[in-house]
Amino acid sequence: MAKSQENNGKPISPFAVKDCALVAIATGKKAQNLRELRDKLSQIHAGSIYYHFWGGMLRLQFDEPEYNNDFSAWAQNGLHDSCLAERWGAIVPSEYDDLEKLRQELIEVIEERLDESEFVPWSKTDKQFHFIRSQIVVYDTHHEIHHFRELAEVFPTLSLGSVFYHFIDAQRRYPVGQDDFRTWLSELGNGYDDLIGQLAEVDPYFASLSELRLRLTNIFTNYNNKRTKK
Amino acid sequence: MKSSLDAYAKITGKEVIDQLYQMASTLRGIKVVHVNSTKEGGGVAEILNRLIPLKKELGIDVSWEVLQGNDEFYKCTKTFHNALQGNRVNASEAMLKTYLEVNAENAENLRTKLEEADVVFIHDPQPAALLKMCPNRRGKWIWRCHIDVSRTYRPVWKYLRPFLVDYDASIFSLAAFAQALPHLQYIIPPSIDPISKKNIDLPEKEIKAIYDQFNLDPGRPMILQVSRYDRFKDPIGVIEAYKLARKFSPLQLVLVGGGATDDPEGALFIEEVRAAAGDDPDIHVLLLPPDAHHTINALQRAADIILQKSTKEGFGLTVTEGMWKGKPVIGGHTGGIRLQVVDHHTGFLVSTPEGAALRIRYLLYHRDKLDEMGIKAKQFVLENFLLTRHLREYLTLMIGLIHGAGERIEIG
Repeated sequence: MAKSQENNGKPISPFAVKDCALVAIATGKKAQNLRELRDKLSQIHAGSIYYHFWGGMLRLQFDEPEYNNDFSAWAQNGLHDSCLAERWGAIVPSEYDDLEKLRQELIEVIEERLDESEFVPWSKTDKQFHFIRSQIVVYDTHHEIHHFRELAEVFPTLSLGSVFYHFIDAQRRYPVGQDDFRTWLSELGNGYDDLIGQLAEVDPYFASLSELRLRLTNIFTNYNNKRTKK
Repeated sequence: MKSSLDAYAKITGKEVIDQLYQMASTLRGIKVVHVNSTKEGGGVAEILNRLIPLKKELGIDVSWEVLQGNDEFYKCTKTFHNALQGNRVNASEAMLKTYLEVNAENAENLRTKLEEADVVFIHDPQPAALLKMCPNRRGKWIWRCHIDVSRTYRPVWKYLRPFLVDYDASIFSLAAFAQALPHLQYIIPPSIDPISKKNIDLPEKEIKAIYDQFNLDPGRPMILQVSRYDRFKDPIGVIEAYKLARKFSPLQLVLVGGGATDDPEGALFIEEVRAAAGDDPDIHVLLLPPDAHHTINALQRAADIILQKSTKEGFGLTVTEGMWKGKPVIGGHTGGIRLQVVDHHTGFLVSTPEGAALRIRYLLYHRDKLDEMGIKAKQFVLENFLLTRHLREYLTLMIGLIHGAGERIEIG
C-alpha cells in the first residue's frame, strides 16, 4: 500500500470506502395525467423525487436509458409528450441545493406545459406513473484508500453500491454537486486540479454503474501513468 | 470445499459476493423463517430452493416450512389465485372454512417456531392467515406476493385483506401490483439462479440429444413455451400463433408444463391443450416431472425463440430463463413480462396470437436480429435478474425493518 499522503506536512484522512444497497418501496401514489402528477408531486415524500432522479441507477434498468430520470421517460412513453420529456430531461438535479428546489422546478415545467396544451396530457391505465421511494442501507467496508495512486487499483474492485454512494449519492450530500473523490482530492492540496477537472466532466446519467466504474478506472489509471512519466 | 457463492462470483464478480457477506454479517444471530405451500413446482418453490441455502451460506439462521393442505384447501387457494389475477370467481363458504381450518392446523404445528422468529416471510395467500393465529409473535412479518394483483376481483381481495393488514411489510414484484395496505410495500422482482441445473451452461452434445429424446427435427426452427398448464399462460393462444406462423415458415412447437401440488386445475386443462394441438406431429405437448430441470434447460437452449404468451403474469421466471440462454422472448404484454421484455430490444411484447405469429415470422426471417436480441436479453438478466440481486434486496429489506424502516440507514 502506498504511504499516506500529507498536505503541507499535515496528514490527510484516508478515504473511507463505504458501500450501499437500495430497495424500492411503493408509495401507493400514482398519476394518470399531467395535472394529477402535478398535484401528487407537490405532496409526495422528497425521497420519491430522489428515487426517480438518482435511485434508478441502483435498481434494475435496461442499459440503454434514453432519458436521465423517470419523469422524462414517463412523459415520452406514457404521455407521448416529447416536448415535456425534453424539458424534464434537461434538468440537472445536482444543480439544486435540495430536493424541495428540484420539486419546484419539476412543477414549474408542468405548469408551463399545461398552459401551452389544449388538453391535459394523459396515459393509458397500464402506463400510469407510480411514485416510488427507496430505503438505502449504507455501511462501512472498513477499507481505506491512503494515497491517490491507489484509486486506479481499487476502483475496479469496488461494488456498484460503492460507486453509486461515492459518485452519485454524494452529489446531493454536502458539498452539493460534488462527488466524494473530488472532495477528498481537494483536501490533498492544489496538485490534483487536473484530475478533479476530469472527474467533474463525467456525465453519470446515461451510463450504467458498471460503465461508470470502468470510465472512472480509466481516468485514474491514465492520470497515474501521466504522473509517473513526469 | 468451495462454496456455491464462489461459483456466483465467477459470473457476477467477486465484489457482488463480498457485498452480500458484509450485509449479512449485520444480520448474524437472527432467526428467519419462510413459509409457502409447495416444496416443488412453480416459481416460488424454485426460488426458495435456491435462496434458502444461500442465506445459510451467508451465516443467517434460516428455515423453510411448507404448509400441509388437502385437496379442498388447494381448490380454495387456486380460486384465490385466479380471482387475485382478475377472474370473477368466488370461493364457496365450505372452501373458506377449509382455508381457515388448514391455516389453524398448520399454526398449531408451527406456532413456536414462527413466534420465536425475528423475520417471517409468508409467501402468497395460502399461508396468509397464519399471522392472526400467532398472537405472541415477536418478529417482523412480511407478506410476499408473487401474483399479478394489479386488477383483482374485489370480493376475494376484500376477504383476504384483513389477514394482511397486520403484517409489517409486504413485497410485490412490480409497483403496479402494490395495494392499499397500511404498511411498507417493497418492490422486489424475483430472480433465477445461474448455476442451478435449469440454468447452468450445457455442453453442445447434451443440447443436441434433446432432439432425439423428443423426436424433434434439428433442421427446422423450434419455438418453445415452458409453463404450468394454466389458462392465464395461454398455451392455446401459443398453438394458434404457431399455426399462423407455420404457413410462412417450417416450424415446430414445444409446450412444456408440469404439475404443482398446489394446482388442482392443471390436469384438466392439459386435455384442452391437447385437443387444440390435434394430430399435428409438429406440436409437442409435454408433461414433465417437477425435477426435469436439466431437460428444460436443454430445450430452452435448443429453441430458436421462447414464448410466454401469458394474459396475466406475476413475473414469469421462464422469461428470465429463456433470456439467460441468449434467446429473444415473445411475451404477453402483461405483469412482470413487461419488466423483462424490453420491446424490440430483448424480444417483443404481444397482445394476441396474431401478434405473436407476426413476431415469430419476423425473427425467423431476420436471424441477425434474433441473435442480437438474444445477446441483449442475456446481458439484461446478468445485470438485473440473478439471485444475487434478489438476495441483496432481501438483506436490505431485513436490515431496514430491523433498524426502523427509515429512508437512510447507516450501519457498521
